Amino acid sequence: MSAIAGVQRLALRVAGFDRAGHGEASSRTAAAAERRDSSASRSVELQIRRQDTPDASPYWQCFRVATKPGDNVVSVLRALRLDPVTVDGERVDPVAFEHNCMEEVCGACAMLIDGRPKPACSTLLAELGSRIRLEPLPKFPVVRDLMVDRARLAESLERVQAWVRLDGPWDIHERAPRISQRQWAADYLYSRCMSCGICLAACPQFEDAPAGERGFLGPAALAQVRLLNAHPLGRYDKTERLHAIMAEGGLSDCGNAQNCVRVCPKDIPLTTAIGELGRQTTVQALKDLFGG
Amino acid sequence: MSAATAQRRVIVVGGGLGGLWATLAIAGGGQKVLLFSLFEVMRSHSVCAQGGINAVLDAKGQRDSIDQHIHDTLKGGSWLANQPPVKSLCEAAPSLIRTFERMGVTFSRTPEGLLDQRLFGGVKHRRTCFAGASTGQQLMHGVDQQVRRLEAEGRVQKLEWWEFLGLVKDADGACRGVVAMDLRSLEVQAFRADAVVLATGGLGQLYAPQTTCSTNSTGAAASRVYQQGARFANAEFFQFHPTAMLGEDKTRLMSEAARGEGGRVWVPKDPADRREPGRILEAERWYFLEDWYPAYGNTVPRDIASRAIWRVCRELGQGVGGGDRVYLDLTHLDRGFVESRLGAILSIYRKFAGTDPLDAPMEIFPAAHYAMGGLWVDFEHDPASGGVTPGSPRNHATSIPGLYACGECDYGYHGANRLGANSLLSASYSGRVAGEAVLSCLAGIERGADDLPAAPFQDEVARQQAINRELMTGQGSESPFQLHDALGALMTDRVGVVRDNASLDRAIAALAELEGRAAHMDLREASPWANQTLAHARQVQDMIRLARVMAASARARDECRGAHYKPEFELPLPSAGDADGPAWQHYRERWRAENARWLKTTVAEHGIDGPRIDFEPVDLSVLAPDRPRDYR
Ligand SMILES: Cc1cc2nc3c(=O)[nH]c(=O)nc-3n(C[C@H](O)[C@H](O)[C@H](O)COP(=O)(O)OP(=O)(O)OC[C@H]3O[C@@H](n4cnc5c(N)ncnc54)[C@H](O)[C@@H]3O)c2cc1C
Ligand code: SF4
Ligand code: FES
Repeated sequence: MSAIAGVQRLALRVAGFDRAGHGEASSRTAAAAERRDSSASRSVELQIRRQDTPDASPYWQCFRVATKPGDNVVSVLRALRLDPVTVDGERVDPVAFEHNCMEEVCGACAMLIDGRPKPACSTLLAELGSRIRLEPLPKFPVVRDLMVDRARLAESLERVQAWVRLDGPWDIHERAPRISQRQWAADYLYSRCMSCGICLAACPQFEDAPAGERGFLGPAALAQVRLLNAHPLGRYDKTERLHAIMAEGGLSDCGNAQNCVRVCPKDIPLTTAIGELGRQTTVQALKDLFGG
Repeated sequence: MSAATAQRRVIVVGGGLGGLWATLAIAGGGQKVLLFSLFEVMRSHSVCAQGGINAVLDAKGQRDSIDQHIHDTLKGGSWLANQPPVKSLCEAAPSLIRTFERMGVTFSRTPEGLLDQRLFGGVKHRRTCFAGASTGQQLMHGVDQQVRRLEAEGRVQKLEWWEFLGLVKDADGACRGVVAMDLRSLEVQAFRADAVVLATGGLGQLYAPQTTCSTNSTGAAASRVYQQGARFANAEFFQFHPTAMLGEDKTRLMSEAARGEGGRVWVPKDPADRREPGRILEAERWYFLEDWYPAYGNTVPRDIASRAIWRVCRELGQGVGGGDRVYLDLTHLDRGFVESRLGAILSIYRKFAGTDPLDAPMEIFPAAHYAMGGLWVDFEHDPASGGVTPGSPRNHATSIPGLYACGECDYGYHGANRLGANSLLSASYSGRVAGEAVLSCLAGIERGADDLPAAPFQDEVARQQAINRELMTGQGSESPFQLHDALGALMTDRVGVVRDNASLDRAIAALAELEGRAAHMDLREASPWANQTLAHARQVQDMIRLARVMAASARARDECRGAHYKPEFELPLPSAGDADGPAWQHYRERWRAENARWLKTTVAEHGIDGPRIDFEPVDLSVLAPDRPRDYR
């Protein structure tokens, strides 16, 4: 069949798919409501720890949601927004939660799923049982329901000066420095951090720091120090960064529990970074002592 | 202190690549920036881009040239882009890559340790720099870190978790600030500024859930300034990516590489065939792309592939199981080869579909991907270089004085269709150019925004608070989430891959009705704290208004150009053969006539009873349109 003949036929048949399309629009909305009632498809029970405001006390609510093949925790939470009715038949406020990319690259949707910190968007229902417990990511102040405030992550990055000091964001007409594929591969692993905070949630040393005190930086920021210290220009500020992690709340707070590396959804070798930084700080300490 | 050196305040709305680059340029120029974002800037949609960013480095022995990049971009956009900005964009690309590199972006390397480049759709040269399979995230790291440093130095102040609601204009109609809402406390507040840059990204959510875009890509912010008088251009040009995996919440992008590396697209010849795909014999499969486009086969460009899949499913009813899905098959390829070349795709598919594309074909359908259209922005043509005048305050200025736009929310650079890997480039470049333009604009400001009377700021706050009150206490019955679903379905069906006027007329009527329904919502939630339903309801209202602009623009353009496809007006290509024969001559004449009529920018302006559509000429001063595309 030639493309042209096909296209002409298409023009003739447009009216046909139109109607089909319209029907689908309304059926989709109906489908959303159907999710709640349908007994045909698998349904799950969501037990959600809710909290109305940062200072309010948390409480639990339970919902039953019909699921579709391929559903993940974000997609069922989205479906639940349409009609948030608890198993007791009480209509309640939609559950507040964060999500943005829905493909595990923005880090927004991290929460506790059955007690484990995970990105909700890439946690498929197929991996979970028929009763699912959702709680906000621990260690961070709750904003509302499953939303938390991860400002401390940004503060840690600032504390370790996680940046290259450019003269300015303009061209200096010099071509990029050579970097071996081997070094690239090692560095790239660390640059995939999406600041989700999952490693921090799992870290026994990363505590809810009382205001004004300098708590542990945590593995994510340390990994960025490892990354920037290796960069051809980032290297110039290595000393400052190492001093930052040798200070209070720095590297020595790591208790080597190794939880971080087990939970990081991006498979970032956090403990390797911490090990490398251990060696770097030792050398730095000697330099500081003897003048290097 | 003279006006030229006075400390001014600039508001940048949006912290994706566009907004962060604008921030760097403005704060780097010594002016204070207030940076607004719906969430922490590093979670912006820009992190989703996987493929890469184009720049001519000519380090692959292919004699690539900047002229070729310009030509590819213009031709890929069916000649609809103004040419001086495209010229300057392509010329600046290598310098942007070098700057990103200095920021610490982990670009992939060749064995020699140099920047590696890959081949991307629609071009013949290896021109695309990439950072593993997460280029957007890596570029974002680079600029995010630089902005964090400026923040530590007190030169940038971030207002994350704040939503831009509207502009504040002075008596002369110039933009002198914004009104925004704290997404936690729901407090509505005015902020004064001497210039405002909008960098709020794309609008794929108009097609939700059939979109590859993030939830932040609603277009609501652009819609708001449009309703306040900014012109909106080329709204009908929207790119659909042919191969997105099916999904309830979102349809995730499966990169072109899957087809490039040998993936084959097919459906069972019998749509009622319910067997596992692996059990369907070769003779019982229909490889429709190979059938229809023998020369390019599965590697036809995005728009052609999207239309073919659309046609197979929606017109011929040949989709798998009669639905909106076709197979993208990698199972015939060597497993090791696929694993090494397409690791990133495999991992996304496995992660989100829970099945392995090495074992069974992927199921895909086209999805809304990228808005070529956006806020109309100006440029100053520099006759000496043929590009734009560096630092001109006109560059990236919207039609509202003092308001600039950059990134995916503007309309520059991509004409009727965007080349792969050109938009990370345009988002970054336009951010920088907009920032430089703002610096020039500030130098000309006599009276700072702080000296203005309070009235216009108070008025706009009151107007926005009234909208909130209306929604919170509304007596209606409509759910914002269901309205969003209805909008997505309507746009997908009628203002999507294939368009026709009768259907567009119905879409326009349906959107007007939807807008009416959206005025009667029931939020079912009255929480005064972090009320996500309220924010979403406001976005949905503004998305519907923007959808009306898209539908009206699509209705107005009676031709096929780039991503805008109205088969009724298609100029069929003559069958291949003698290029100087009468059939081709006749065709070229008609093509030229069509350009004379339609090679124009569509410009929409807000009116009380809907968008007013007009056309304006395209600046073709760099390269005359030479020939139409032919991918057979
Ligand atoms: C899946 C996918 C893959 C892609 N891959 C590529 C690729 O490989 N190469 C390429 O060149 N292009 C690619 N693109 C396109 C490219 O990613 C985007 O065009 C580009 O990142 C847009 O950047 P931006 O800065 O304009 O907007 P965004 O990154 O979307 O940022 C928008 C910002 O605006 C803020 N914002 C929005 N509304 C408001 C409001 N009302 N108030 C306050 N803040 C607001 C948000 O918080 C956010 O910070 C891809 C797109 C998709 C969907
Ligand atoms: S290191 Fe891993 S777990 Fe920790 S913030 Fe980064 S991506 Fe998340
Ligand atoms: S939504 Fe972005 S990581 Fe889950």
